Amino acid sequence: MADSGVIDGPGRKDEIERAKSEGKDLTKEEKQRLRKEKKQQKKIKEKKDDKASQENEKEKKPVTSAAPASQPPTQPTVQKAPSAVPATAPVSVPASEASVPADKPTKTKAELKAERRARQEAERASKQSKKGETGQQAATSKPKAPPSDLQPVVKRLPEHIQVDNPDVLKKLAKKLERQQIPLRSDYGYKVSLFSHLHQYSRKAPLTQQLSIPSTVIHPAIVRLGLQYSHGIVAGSNARSVALLHAFKQVIRDYTTPQNEELSRDLVNKLKPYISFLNQCRPLSASMGNAIKYIKKEISNIPSNCKEDEAKNKLLKDIESYINEKIILAGVAIAKCAIEKQKISDGDVILVYGCSSLVNHILCKAFEKNRKFRVIVVDSRPRLEGKEALRRLVQKGISCTYVLISAVSYILPEVSKVFLGAHALLANGYVMSRVGTSQIALVAKAFNVPVLVCCETYKFCDRVQTDSFVSNELDDPDDLIVTRKGTTPLEGWENESSLGLLNLVYDVTPPDFVDLVITELGMIPCTSVPVVLRVKNVDQ
Amino acid sequence: MELQAVLMAAGGGSRMTDLTYNTPKAMLPVGNKPLMWYPLNLLEKVGFEEVIVITTKEVQKAMSTDLKIKDVKMKLDVVSIQEDGDMGTADALRHIQPKIKTDILVLSCDLITDVALHEVVDLFRAHNATMAMLMSKAHEFTETVPGQKGKKKTAEQRDFVGVDQSGKRLLFMANEADLEDGLSIRKSIMRKHPRMLIKTGLVDAHLYCLKKAVVDFLTENKSISSIRGELVPYLVRKQFSKTVNSQKLKDDTDDQTQEKNDGPANHELLISSRDEPLLQLAQERSCWNDHRGDMSEAYHGGKLRCYVHIMDQGLCCRVNTLAAYIEVNRLAPKLFEEPSVHPSADISERCQMGSDSIIGAVCHIADKTSIKRSTIGNFTTVKEKVKVTNSIIMHGVTIEEGCNIQGSVICSNAVIGRGADLKYCLVGNGQHIEPEAERTNEIIVGTDQLMEI
Repeated sequence: MADSGVIDGPGRKDEIERAKSEGKDLTKEEKQRLRKEKKQQKKIKEKKDDKASQENEKEKKPVTSAAPASQPPTQPTVQKAPSAVPATAPVSVPASEASVPADKPTKTKAELKAERRARQEAERASKQSKKGETGQQAATSKPKAPPSDLQPVVKRLPEHIQVDNPDVLKKLAKKLERQQIPLRSDYGYKVSLFSHLHQYSRKAPLTQQLSIPSTVIHPAIVRLGLQYSHGIVAGSNARSVALLHAFKQVIRDYTTPQNEELSRDLVNKLKPYISFLNQCRPLSASMGNAIKYIKKEISNIPSNCKEDEAKNKLLKDIESYINEKIILAGVAIAKCAIEKQKISDGDVILVYGCSSLVNHILCKAFEKNRKFRVIVVDSRPRLEGKEALRRLVQKGISCTYVLISAVSYILPEVSKVFLGAHALLANGYVMSRVGTSQIALVAKAFNVPVLVCCETYKFCDRVQTDSFVSNELDDPDDLIVTRKGTTPLEGWENESSLGLLNLVYDVTPPDFVDLVITELGMIPCTSVPVVLRVKNVDQ
Repeated sequence: MELQAVLMAAGGGSRMTDLTYNTPKAMLPVGNKPLMWYPLNLLEKVGFEEVIVITTKEVQKAMSTDLKIKDVKMKLDVVSIQEDGDMGTADALRHIQPKIKTDILVLSCDLITDVALHEVVDLFRAHNATMAMLMSKAHEFTETVPGQKGKKKTAEQRDFVGVDQSGKRLLFMANEADLEDGLSIRKSIMRKHPRMLIKTGLVDAHLYCLKKAVVDFLTENKSISSIRGELVPYLVRKQFSKTVNSQKLKDDTDDQTQEKNDGPANHELLISSRDEPLLQLAQERSCWNDHRGDMSEAYHGGKLRCYVHIMDQGLCCRVNTLAAYIEVNRLAPKLFEEPSVHPSADISERCQMGSDSIIGAVCHIADKTSIKRSTIGNFTTVKEKVKVTNSIIMHGVTIEEGCNIQGSVICSNAVIGRGADLKYCLVGNGQHIEPEAERTNEIIVGTDQLMEI
């Protein structure tokens, strides 16, 4: 149903789906309505094709919530139709804002048409007045062949995956200059397939270009950025918690300037900090969701609220977010996994890398006296498995340690595979540490069940089917190893035909994942968009 | 605000009294700039806007008249202390404790370096360290020092510095003078850091980043008087001491201070911020550890951490001996892109000047002079037929005709009579060298200076 190119207004869709799922026949009325809808959509589609070329040049700023507000509430649920969207779909940052599925207003067809036309004229006029700068944007940001009824949402590709586009870089440089944040320059030769991503060196930290008693950026944020870029705080949950902790300090030290409102000014204050953190290390999906939550909470503060009260409220909100979404979610997931017998006696469980959630589940299961053993699979260059191994062995769990190259050797012994996730994408793909999809693939070949554990706050509206489009390139010098005094890869920069690639994430298709354990229960991978939609309805 | 800079400029220069008996150490000219200008310049370049300068009244007066210091755009908050009072650096910190609102960066006025300061401060920030310091590989001084008979006899008191494998974490620090029977290292350190590199050829730059809690700790422990001599070794030792139990550790030095400090020392461990549980949570969830191979968590669960950044390239020099002073006069001007000849100097055309010489303001250099590899201060007069090689001439000096000055240091307001021949000499402040004098390897100071013992 979701695969069809025609998308109804959300409310209608729910009804019909419900009706269909319940096995009832569509009443005559409903069928008529459906037909009307289809006709409308076709007409708009034709109109849209005319405007397609013009729409391309329209730039939509991601953070302005004003933009979607101006657009009609019956925003196409484009974001929720993953397969209708081409593979290079941009990050729909405004998705959450736009996808508030309001109920379709009951107007006649003619009225709707008139409304639409008026709006389109206005848009066209404003577009003629301002010349779009990047013509290239047109090429890259394809408008989704919108089965939408109204303005197509022209998504702009996020700049962090357009590094090889000089115009985008120029814009980024301008934006950072405005925010007084130094621009971090790329390092080393990039493998051509990934030349559209940033690649930084740890030896050239961003703080080199900052003044030392940092005045532009709050010291807690500078410290956090350094910890991100050095890898001291690594892992999706840890990064989010550290980010929220730093934001708490920022909020504590914040004072509203004269003639400004806390709700607006604080959000503006946070923007350069977020750019700074992004420059230190690209933001993770969990961090993105946390930031969205904070921004929403800040903008929802009533203007008559006193500063101290507002700050206290915000601090409490942050704490409750961490408590609910991270700590309690972890507890719930562990409980779910253990009680539903996902970890039973005699199990041999395979884990990969160091996922805080999976470690937590295993430790809890061990406390509940389940008898199992663990196989920890590790990979270079991060060798995070050693840390997972340490934590598990400290508890008393018996572990085996292998490198990923031995995974097919060890899999016949394994009864279950537990994987952690960095993010779950809207089309059911799991984004996790590089190597995870490999393990899932081999496990599938051996018919071993693969369970992914992920809290719901890591669910992301993005859609991706491959690991190339959006990824992170780590410092290539990490791959260099010195054994017995010799470093074979020394001076790799001087070799013109040699490139070092240190990928961080990869994407696992839902066919390889059998179950996703979240605090809402155990769901299949393909139900991620449903959870996202439910979450958005709640908000 | 993140860091407050504190510049210690009250030092007396006890190891180069010949230079400092008239001019305070902080105002000694190096490359025609006062010595304390260099650390101030370092701070200004990096972006500091305010510096607290702890100095004596004499230096404060000299600062207010000096042009270069007036050039400094930062706001200098000068705190003067008694000159003869036995104030150590830690005592000075205690004195200004009310001004300290945040973590501090302490520098000594005699430090000349081109270090990238963010390297030290990044260690301090990223690891949430209690102390971060700067050290540099020592370089041999190649220039001949006036007044030194033969090679250096006294071996410099060596510092033994122990760092971990990464070269960043400071595990052990002791001076040769404190170690009588040899180096003893506690087993607890070896258990936590089985691989330790001990270095001896390092010079301490006296640049420290300290947490505010350390300054508060100092106010409670009035027995610590020197940062380098007592506080730093104490902090390094404290990283590995057990403070949870009531075990009092007896050390060779600082015996009483240890016992007194163990109680209030607990303040140091409460360095953490209000959101300690959140930080703990983040650290627990993070898959990072600073070491591998044992069962303990990152940093071995220790809250007190000391880090060091060891510079191996670049200039880092502490001007506390005559040899260092001469060396630095050679190297310091290379740090800056400034014209070697001051525009207001009056130099005749028939003067041969090497490119690595520096001429100060309002100088008069007459004909037929030859100036090579030397520094000439402001307001000096050099008459005809003078040869100056490899020397340092300070301000207000008059050199009569026909002199030959080689490898020497001539202090301010001295007069060198005509035809004098000075090799490797140090002429003190305001001295007059009689004409046709021939001195080699001598220190010529006033008789009043000789009375000071």
